[in-house]
This record gives sequence, C-alpha cells and structure tokens, in this order.
Amino acid sequence: MSTVEAGPTGNGYVGQAIRRKEDPPLITGKGRYTDDIVLPGQLWAAIIRSPEAHARIVSIDKSAAEARDDVRIVLTGEDMTDLQAPLPMAWVPPGVEIKTPEHWPLARGKVCHVGDAVAVVVADDKYAAVDAAEDVIVEYDPLPAVVDVEEAMKDGSPLVHEQFGTNITHEWGLGSEDVEEALAAADVVVERRVVNHRTAGAAIEPRAVAADYRAGQLTLYTATQIPHLVRLQLAGCLGIAEEHFRVVAPDVGGGFGSKLNVYGEECLMAYLSRRLETPVRWTATRSEDMQAAVHGRDQVDYARMGMKRDGTIVALHAKLIADLGAYQQLLTPFIPSFGAFVMSGCYKIPSVRTDIVGVFTNKFPTDAIRGAGRPEATHLIEVMVDQAAAELGLDPVEVRRKNFIPKEDFPADVAPGVTYDSGDYHGSLDRLLGTLDYEGFRAEQARAREEGRYLGIGFSTYMEICGLAPSRAVGPSGVGIQAGFWESAVVRVHPSGGATVWTGTSPHGQGHDTGFAQIVADRIGSTPEQVEVIHGDTDRGPFGMGTYGSRSLAVGGESVARAALKVADKAKKIAAHLLEAAPDDIELRDGRYQVKGSPDKGLTLADISLAAYVPENIPDGMEPGLDETNFYDPENFVFPFGAHAAIVEVDAETGKVDLKRYVCVDDCGPAINPMLIDGQVHGGIVHGVAQAMYEQVVYDDTGQLVTGTFVDYALPTAAEMPTFETDRTETPSPVNSMGVKGVGEAGTIAASPTIVNAVTDALRPLGVNHIDMPVTPLRVWQAIEAAQGRGSGPRASEQGVPEGGAQ
Amino acid sequence: MSSTVGVRISVNGEVREHEVEPRLLLVHYLRDRLGLTGTHVGCDTTNCGACTVHLNGEAVKSCTVFAVQADGAEVTTIEGMADGAELHPLQEAFWKNHGLQCGYCTPGMIMAAADLLQRNPDPSESEVRHGLEGNLCRCTGYQNIVRAVMEAAHSPQRTTVGPPPPEKPEAREEVGKGVGA
Ligand code: FES
Ligand code: FES
Repeated sequence: MSTVEAGPTGNGYVGQAIRRKEDPPLITGKGRYTDDIVLPGQLWAAIIRSPEAHARIVSIDKSAAEARDDVRIVLTGEDMTDLQAPLPMAWVPPGVEIKTPEHWPLARGKVCHVGDAVAVVVADDKYAAVDAAEDVIVEYDPLPAVVDVEEAMKDGSPLVHEQFGTNITHEWGLGSEDVEEALAAADVVVERRVVNHRTAGAAIEPRAVAADYRAGQLTLYTATQIPHLVRLQLAGCLGIAEEHFRVVAPDVGGGFGSKLNVYGEECLMAYLSRRLETPVRWTATRSEDMQAAVHGRDQVDYARMGMKRDGTIVALHAKLIADLGAYQQLLTPFIPSFGAFVMSGCYKIPSVRTDIVGVFTNKFPTDAIRGAGRPEATHLIEVMVDQAAAELGLDPVEVRRKNFIPKEDFPADVAPGVTYDSGDYHGSLDRLLGTLDYEGFRAEQARAREEGRYLGIGFSTYMEICGLAPSRAVGPSGVGIQAGFWESAVVRVHPSGGATVWTGTSPHGQGHDTGFAQIVADRIGSTPEQVEVIHGDTDRGPFGMGTYGSRSLAVGGESVARAALKVADKAKKIAAHLLEAAPDDIELRDGRYQVKGSPDKGLTLADISLAAYVPENIPDGMEPGLDETNFYDPENFVFPFGAHAAIVEVDAETGKVDLKRYVCVDDCGPAINPMLIDGQVHGGIVHGVAQAMYEQVVYDDTGQLVTGTFVDYALPTAAEMPTFETDRTETPSPVNSMGVKGVGEAGTIAASPTIVNAVTDALRPLGVNHIDMPVTPLRVWQAIEAAQGRGSGPRASEQGVPEGGAQ
Repeated sequence: MSSTVGVRISVNGEVREHEVEPRLLLVHYLRDRLGLTGTHVGCDTTNCGACTVHLNGEAVKSCTVFAVQADGAEVTTIEGMADGAELHPLQEAFWKNHGLQCGYCTPGMIMAAADLLQRNPDPSESEVRHGLEGNLCRCTGYQNIVRAVMEAAHSPQRTTVGPPPPEKPEAREEVGKGVGA
C-alpha cells in the first residue's frame, strides 16, 4: 500500500486530490477510538439519569447498589462537594449579564431536564455497572415543566431556575440602530415567523471518556474536538494543575459540535479515577447521547424585511428567541449571536439588526451544532428573500442578483459590523444557473402543473463567517468569549529528512493529516508520505484551540504553513552556507534546495537536516536543529460563500417530498485537496437537508424526550439522498497566505433553505406560501389542507404569519 | 450474573473458545474479549450498522446477536477482510474514493457492502443506496460510499468478498445451532 499517489517531489502537492493518510488504519479496523482503549485496572461507570423533566430530588438510596460485590463506589451530587468549580460557560459579553446557574456533573437538589445526571455507580465491568445502576432508588418530587420557548417567556410560566425569577437568560443585540426608521421608509415590509427546530449532532460514535489517575498524574482520554480546552477548564473544576493533567483525543468518530464542549461526564470520570486511584471509564449509549449531548438550533425567529417595490432590500430586523435548554454549556448562550454576524447575508442592506432573547426550558442545553447560529441566520434570510420576492411578484433569482454585494466592493463592510474579506456572489450564482438550466426547469414546472404534478425549485445564496479567530474580535474584550482564538504548529524535521508536524487543531474526520502534510511538503521540499501530522494530545504539542467553526485550515493550516516556511528559511541558510552561495540565491525546486541558475548545485532536505543536527558546518551563531514553532492569530475571519439549488416534487395527496436534484457551487478559496472539500460539502449538505426534511429532536409537553434513539430520530440513509452535483469557484481570501477559507459547515449552512424554498415554490399553486421545517409528509399535507380551507392544518402562526397578522 | 456458557467460535479463521455470560452480546465478545475493536457500537436499537460483521457468511448486526448464538459459527470482522498487506477491494475502493471521514461507520459499511455485493455482484446505484439502508454515516453524505461500492463491484481484482471460509468449529452449546447458518 502506498499512502500517496506520485507527485512532483517537494513541489505541487497542494491542490491535488491525494488519498488520505489517515485511512489505512480506519479501513482495516485498526483505528483507536476512546472506547477501544484498554487501561489496566479499569472500572466502568454507569450514570443514573432523571426520568423527570423537572423535579426536586427527595432522596437517593444507594444501599442496594453499594451492597453488591462488584460495585466499588456509588456517588451523588452531594458526595462531590469538594469539586472546585461548576462546569464552565465561557461567554461573558461586555455589558450583558447572562443568567448562569451552577451546573455540576451530578445534580444537587433538583433536576432540570430528562437525562440530568443524578448519581453514578462504578463497578468491575460494564454489565455489572448497568445492573447496579438499576439498584439505585431515586425519589423525585415532580415540578411543572416548561417546554415551549414562547410559553417560558410569559409571566406565570414554571421557572427552570427559581432563583432568577424569570426564564429569560439575557438579551443581546447587534447591528444598525436605525432599523425601525429604515423599515418605516420601505414600500413593503414582509413579516414572517420562522421556526428553526431543535436537532442533534448525532455523531455515530457516542461520547466516551476514560480517565486514568496514577501517582498524581491524570490522563483523560475523551472523544472531544477540543482537548486543550477540556484540560484548561477541567483543571479548574478539579483543582489539578495543567502540568499534571494530560488530555488525549484519540480517533474521534465525528463531532459536528456535539463534542465541542466540556461535559459533566468528563469531569466525573476524572474525579472518580482520582478518588479511586484506578482508571474509570464511561461510554454513552445512544439514548444517553440523545439525552445528554448538546442539541442545536431551536429558535423561533421573527423577521421583518423592508423592500422597495423593485426588489431592493432596504432593511432587515430579526428577533431570535433562542431556546437554550436547562443549563449553560460551554457556549450555549453565544450560539444565536454568532448568527447575528451574518444577518446581512450576501446582500447590500443598509440597515440590519438582530435582537436576541435567550430562554431556559426543561430540555438539554443547546450549543454549537454544525454551523452554530449561521444555519439559523442563513435559513431566515434566504427564506425571507424568497418570501419577499413572491410577495412582490418578482423572480427569487433576480431579487438575489439585484441585492448582491458586487465583487468590486470587497473587502465589504456590512451593517452587522464585520468586513467580508472577498467574494463573487454573482459568479457562483451564474455558474449554478448554467448547470441548472433554470429557464428549462420553469417550463417543465409549468407543464407538470398542468398535469397536476407539483415541482419546485429553491435557492440559497449563502455566505458565512468562519476561521475562528481573530482573538481580538472574538475574545474577552471583543465578542466576549473567554479565550484566545489563534492556532499553533510545530514542524520538526528529523535528521533523516522526514518531518513530524504538531497542530493545535483536533480533527475528527476532516482529513487534516493529509491536507496539512501537503501544505508542509510543498513548503519544506518533502513528500506528504514523509510528513506525519500529530494532534489531539496536550502532552505532545503546544497549546491549541481545537477544531470547530471551520477554523482548522484557515487558522491551523496557516499556522502549519508559517512554521514550515520558517523551517524552509533556515534550511535555505544552511544550504547557502554549505553550497557557498548567498541565501537569497537558494531556491526550493523539485524538492531540492539549489542555487538559482545552477541546478547541479543542490541539497535535499535530508542533507540539510543532517547538517543541522550534526552542526559541524552551519553558519556562525545559528542554533542547531531544524524545528520551528508558530503561533498564528489572524487579522480577520474568512467568509466562504456559494449558491445552492434544490429541485423537489411534492405529492399533493400524501405530502411526500421527493428531492430530485441538488446542485451547488461553493467557494472556499483555493483548494488544498479538492477531494476533501467535496467530502465536507456532501456531508454538510446532508446535515442541512436532513434537518429540513427529517430530523427533529422532540420533547413532549411534559418534557419527555420522544426522540431518544435512532428509531425516532430520523437520520437519513443512503437511500433517501440523491447524488449531489457539486462545483466550485476559487476566490482567494486576502486574510492568510494560502488564500484559504473553511468548508466544514458551508453545506449545512446553505442547505436547509434550499429545501424549504423549493417545497414552498412547489406548493404556491395550492395556496401554501410558507412552511416550516421539517417538511415531513404530515406537515406538508396539513399545510395543503389548511391552504385549501379544509381546516385540518396547523394554526396560522405555524404557517409563518406572526400573531396579529402580517402585511 | 455468574453462570457462564462455553462458546467455540471461528473468528477471522481462528477458532476461539471462551466462557461467556449468556447475555453477552457478540459485539462485546469481539471487542472486549478478543480485542477486535474494529467492530463498533453506535446505537442501542439496531439502526446504525456500525457493528456489522459476517456470521456464517452473512451480514448481521453484532449488537443484536448474543455471543452464545454464534457458538459453532464462523465470524468475519473488518480485521479479517484484508489478506495480509493486500487490502480487500472494498477497502481499497473506500480509500481511493474518500468513502470515509471519521471512519467510525466504515467497518460496518464495508461489511454490509461485502454482503450486498455477494448477493448482487452488479448493483445499480439505487440498489447500492437501498442495500446500505441499514448503515448510518453522519460524515460523508453517502455519495463517496456509494461510489466506492460501485467501483469495488467492478474492480478487476475482486474475486471473493472475504477470506475463504474456514471450517466451522464444532458448537459447544446447542443454543448456537442454526443461527445465521
Ligand atoms: S450498534 Fe448495532 S446497529 Fe447500531
Ligand atoms: S465516516 Fe464518520 S460516520 Fe461515516
């Protein structure tokens, strides 16, 4: 097996669809996920979780479990009062107070959602732990639960946390102060209520943790996207110095934000291992993962879009009511705010404002799930553009074109206060239309309607903000997240010429090992095969921020590139010295450091590296070795964009939506490895399409989780998905040296409005003008029934018309 | 639970004998007793297929089979698919076509795909998509998985979908007879 296909040595790997370096172990069953790691003396934990959505804990009887021979310890929240700090929440926006209840790994006194952890049993093996957990008797005194976010805001609603006297956690706003005046001056104001329902990350690997405390040193293996941040935060909770605490993210089986957190179980396993002085582990069952891994979305959004009659957008106000669930996880209250930064979309809108209300309910907390606030904002804008176009009798494509920020305006300042780095929105839409045959489709649609068939097309022209970074904008004095947002890298060339790269990012499927190896190989004159990339271990590389927010390439990859250039720079100086030339006369060509104009005079990286480590003949004053570190904090975010379209056919009898075609053009800057981009786009689109068509986390009125397994939570299979027609344009970002942006979330951000707009387009002849996700057969059928006056549909507000009527 | 039952199971061509609890799931037997951690667990409702292995040549979800039911049977896991350093055509095709990202679903996908190709050596794209309905992938959007399976189906070096079946061991317990056979 060769790990890479042939390419010019040390030059030109970037841009090639090189097969992944990480695959050989994964396709042969030799991967190493957290649950695969066996630790000598390990014990198994099982967690007792609340079946109640809201209740006081009256008593916990541990005696029967404790009496079992194979049980080592049973603990409740009250037994762990020696923890130094509750679980962290990291957003402190300047000038805004966020109500944040103490959140402990095991509940103290009361439970606030189904699945709230109440007690833990540690036993000799995993079956025994589950048996013993059934012997722990918890008596609850149920309290009224609140599940609907708008009900939770009303006076008299049950309170999730009585001490605050309200369920409203905070209010926060961003954008133009003059939005009301701008709306008043519009010819038409289009108002809609758009529900963006709760979803799950649903990585196929459930969360898993194994803690190993021995002789004062704690090692925590955990399925996480942020090992360094888990260490930093848990060091505080546990009172362990970071230098005695190692966090390892081994192979991680998908994350999508559900592993971008600091979870109670991570703290709990570490605590137990320290207390018992032996390894303790826990792996979530799927139903635990559905109950107790962060959910995403869950907003009720009210939008008002001010238009001129010619289709010009003059103002947009968005009020987002965010259902945060019962506690504040790491970034729970921040997520809707992230959307506010893209509320202008691809459009030149003079006045844009977002106002956000955060609300507690008796559900698991929401937090960052793939896209994190940006899918919600993009869904709202793109649905509103279609709604406005329909209301004005204009073509949705023309309305988009008319309002796009033109290419020559970049870098472009927008009303929410950010500067888009680069873009060509007309370019990606034109290219999409070329593939689609838009006119041809409209003709076919008209013919189909005559036959009683309902075809629809939906567009989403999106942009997003990613590459998290820069610290000054996102950190404590900027947006208020209590962290830096740079990234780190080390490039170490070994005496034999191979290289090891450490990155502070922490991939879980994205393909960093391959992409980063391509970047380094080109810069130092090596091959991807000879460059190993290491990540996910706090003891093996410098501090780093992890993988989320489509940041790994634009921040982590750039850091890697810069460290590699430092290596190349030193290598050139050594080569110049050895070849008796000036450093400026040395060039890296075809993997050799050679004297310009005399290709016969040259050295390989291995020659130079050996000289660097056996430093008999290096320039005076130069340090030996060939090993460089970089910390990179960008000046701006990056702003990927693109145009997506979906064609659907709706069966008006059954409400079933058939996704017939999905076409997209994405732009994330120049490709490092186009194969990896396609993979991210495919997966991202399915995540968004699935939210639009199938997936929904449902709690019933009493707060019971109805979708607690994969039987009820409808992840799509291969059979439901079409083959996507993907395409790209490449508009470089001026922010980093490679011009790259991010692509991990783009498909998800773009996809849900394409589906909803397409279904709405199909249903307009039947009188349906708006529909919320997920467009299940039942919901579509009900919308048709209501529009036809047959009365079995949802109330008007569920059709997007705000209570009190729309214009 | 202390009462145990003896099982004799041929796993990837090697006969293994253990005393197991009757309630021990085959997936836990493979992972925890034999250390064959390539077979994964992704759900508790037989939906995800991450645990797919071959039992007497047919794909089963090993989270839904007791180890005692495999007594006397032949089991192939992902670890048994390559022939030494030579990858199985499906493994090769998944690698070449970027049919995996996090890799967690991959062993189950490959085992399910091998079973599919055994039953239908020349599937259409739609047959592949429907044939893999029992396996969930959250990362890839399935497109490259489908492409990989189509390519493996038409791979010239493809002869069998697994290693040659070894002889089945004698069952140690009556309970295993007939399951998956
Ligand atoms: S673990 Fe067996 S089907 Fe999910
Ligand atoms: S590759 Fe991650 S679940 Fe399939």
